[in-house]
Amino acid sequence: MATVGRALLILALAVAAYGIFASIYGARSGRTQWIVSGRRAVYAIAALVTGAFAILEVAFLRSDFTFATVAAHSSTTTPAFYRAAAAWSSQEGSLLLWLWLLSLWASLVLFLTRRTLRRVAPYATAVLLGLAAFFAGLLVFLETPFGLSPIVPLEGNGLNPLLRHPSMMIHPPMLYSGYTLFAIPFAFAIGALITRQVGAADWIRSTRRFALGAWFFLGIGILLGARWSYAELGWGGYWAWDPVENASLLPWLTGTAFLHSIMLQEKRGMLRIWNVSLVLATGILAVLGTFLVRSGILDSIHAFGASTLGVPFVILIGLLVASSIGLVVWRREALRSENKLDSPLSREAVFLANNLVLVAMAFVVFWGTFWPLIAEAFTGTRRALGPPWFDRYTVPLAIVLVLLSGIGPVIAWRRATAANARRNFVVPGLVALGAGALLAVSGAADKPLALAMFVCGAFVVASVGQEFWRGVGVRRAMTGEGPLGALVSLVARNRRRYGGYLVHVGMALLFVGVAASTAFDAARDIRMAPGQTTRVAGYDFTYVKPTSKISTTTDGELEKISFGAIVDVHRDGRKITTLRPERGYFPSRDIEGLGAIGRFFEGEATSEVGLKAGMRRDLWTAMTPDIRALLPAIRQGDRVFEAAAGKLTPQTQARALGAALTGLVNRYSADPPPATFRVIASPLVSWIWLGAIVVFIGALIAMWPGGDAARRRVTAGYAARVSKDLARDDLARV
Amino acid sequence: MQPARKRKIRLVVALSAAVLLACALVVTSLGASREVVTPSELATAQAGVAYQLTGKVQEGSLRSSGSGVDFLVRDRDGTKAVPVAYTGAIPDAFREGREVIITVRKQADTFVGERDSLITKCPSKFTEDATQRS
Repeated sequence: MATVGRALLILALAVAAYGIFASIYGARSGRTQWIVSGRRAVYAIAALVTGAFAILEVAFLRSDFTFATVAAHSSTTTPAFYRAAAAWSSQEGSLLLWLWLLSLWASLVLFLTRRTLRRVAPYATAVLLGLAAFFAGLLVFLETPFGLSPIVPLEGNGLNPLLRHPSMMIHPPMLYSGYTLFAIPFAFAIGALITRQVGAADWIRSTRRFALGAWFFLGIGILLGARWSYAELGWGGYWAWDPVENASLLPWLTGTAFLHSIMLQEKRGMLRIWNVSLVLATGILAVLGTFLVRSGILDSIHAFGASTLGVPFVILIGLLVASSIGLVVWRREALRSENKLDSPLSREAVFLANNLVLVAMAFVVFWGTFWPLIAEAFTGTRRALGPPWFDRYTVPLAIVLVLLSGIGPVIAWRRATAANARRNFVVPGLVALGAGALLAVSGAADKPLALAMFVCGAFVVASVGQEFWRGVGVRRAMTGEGPLGALVSLVARNRRRYGGYLVHVGMALLFVGVAASTAFDAARDIRMAPGQTTRVAGYDFTYVKPTSKISTTTDGELEKISFGAIVDVHRDGRKITTLRPERGYFPSRDIEGLGAIGRFFEGEATSEVGLKAGMRRDLWTAMTPDIRALLPAIRQGDRVFEAAAGKLTPQTQARALGAALTGLVNRYSADPPPATFRVIASPLVSWIWLGAIVVFIGALIAMWPGGDAARRRVTAGYAARVSKDLARDDLARV
Repeated sequence: MQPARKRKIRLVVALSAAVLLACALVVTSLGASREVVTPSELATAQAGVAYQLTGKVQEGSLRSSGSGVDFLVRDRDGTKAVPVAYTGAIPDAFREGREVIITVRKQADTFVGERDSLITKCPSKFTEDATQRS
């Protein structure tokens, strides 16, 4: 089947090459049949790559070790769910996933636009096929997922235990969906530039939902990575400014910027050069993100140790950058804005400021990420920047961003008046100041940046809450519905607007959680024996007793040996919770040269965090047992089994091994050595995950298909009502 | 004012702001960044200066010390190794033979790791020839 898979990829490459020619020739000559043929090439590639991906998946599910990648990344003892997901834990599998997702999304957008955008679509098709050809080329010539094992092993290496976590399995497809979906607006922007259609808003309308989808999936991917890091890794953090994390953040930031600025182009014909530049930059940054993970060019916790992909990616990115800049310069006359900014106190100006802040953040992150290469180019030595440098710039920018996300929804278009300001900003302003004063006297004044973020967060929640309140009031007055019914129909009739507002509230909650958990967390690393207690942020963590267990797979194979602890947490003498951190030792895959018992302690080790999450505070602990005390017994056991090699039947050997391991585990529990604990009490971490859920619900509402006509009706009705209110205010003032 | 002249002034202001920001970034980046070095490049290390050290944890060198660990970091493709004393969070994937990145400062004959600066490269992303060999 490997040969069939490889043949499908070669065929996909050939079809992509043909499709590029057909699309461009069709567009230049005006022959529709060639354009249709180019589009069908995309569908064909989707079918071919689906076939190739299915072959790889079946190989993983069947543990077919004739495939070298299956032998290297899976095993018969890996649970079925993780076997299916192990396909993209490899370099070649993840590139195939990229190509597969790109082909599916490209097919969807080209199908949906088959009767519209007749001039732009053929060039967009060629661009999408160009990207598909690039990845198909990598998979055919450099990193094939269908390579054969030189000697077929009886058992594979298995999926790394650290990755055996549901969120880690969903994280890559989410990120890749985000990256590949951002290729859609990129391709259509190129098409619009070539055909001088860039001023029109129809290509933006047609691809807006894909851009929002990209933003949505990339955001979920980033959040899942952060959540996995916090709940699964033994360091207690969720963001480390690692180059690969940064690489995923870059297109998300510029994507957020253009999702806002395209509204100005749609409504007022403004910022065309800016918009198209942002769309192009986002598409290129999405490819750059893939490049950073895949090339190992920067020292990262994620980077591959060695890779042959650096040069092709540099060529691709260089080509994309040069052609994007060239096209924008070439079409600069067609990109002139229809309207100018009427006032710095207007929604347009706030959108522009929001864009500048987001782009500045993206620039800072880009600069810090690539600083090692920049410094090497200019000074001859590689230099790296740590998290404090990133925090210095991104924290103030994030505060301004949150503030703007509260102002944007309520400030008037074109020019805000004093009446508009009074009507929209007095209540949110008072709420924010009140919250700030309360928090300042409660001790938050020690951390001014965090306090500023809390004030801005309160302002956003109040201003968006006020919008919902008014909207519900208008609907109730118009239709006589109950409050809940009015709220539901308000949102349903203008999903894009109210979905967007929910996203703003979610982001405010998320940023408040980040500010609180970084400014006010308390952490301690301490070595404790059973019975000992340590105090962190007023909480007493007591190591009560050790735990130990042997876990087996459903096939009866030993999966891991775990040593853990029962930790009671008290505050002012009152018991709060019991935490159960553990460290699991997975047997080494390399059985050569290791003892029969020793190999169970020479493989990967993973932490199971003890976590009590709460809306006010998370209590978090991870532990590392000191297993040195067991080493003499382990070595002695190894010697015994070595001496008995060949004298025992496999069944007897397995029974003896089980008994020896049980004895070791019991010995640890009976006479536990001290263990090293990391203990953290961190406020409002749950707000980050809660905020993310609100963001994604809001984005789903905004993305949901349909409702445009209803939206226009309700917008007109609402605008009339607001105008009436404003006129009444003005009259009252006179 | 003529619209063209207005545009020019706006462009100059925007470009000046961009240049100023770039200068600020360069200055703070130079001041805040640490030289990325391999163990053999630490031979000329100055005491008290922070370096970002990358290399592999030498087999058989890992020892526990109080609430921290001591180990040797050697060149990725060589034998030169330096002693490192570290206290702080230890990544799950950390073990002998693994590639690590750690911020260190020279103190007497050893290099003291900055608290919580130790990271171990994600083993899932390693290719066989580059990492499993040690």
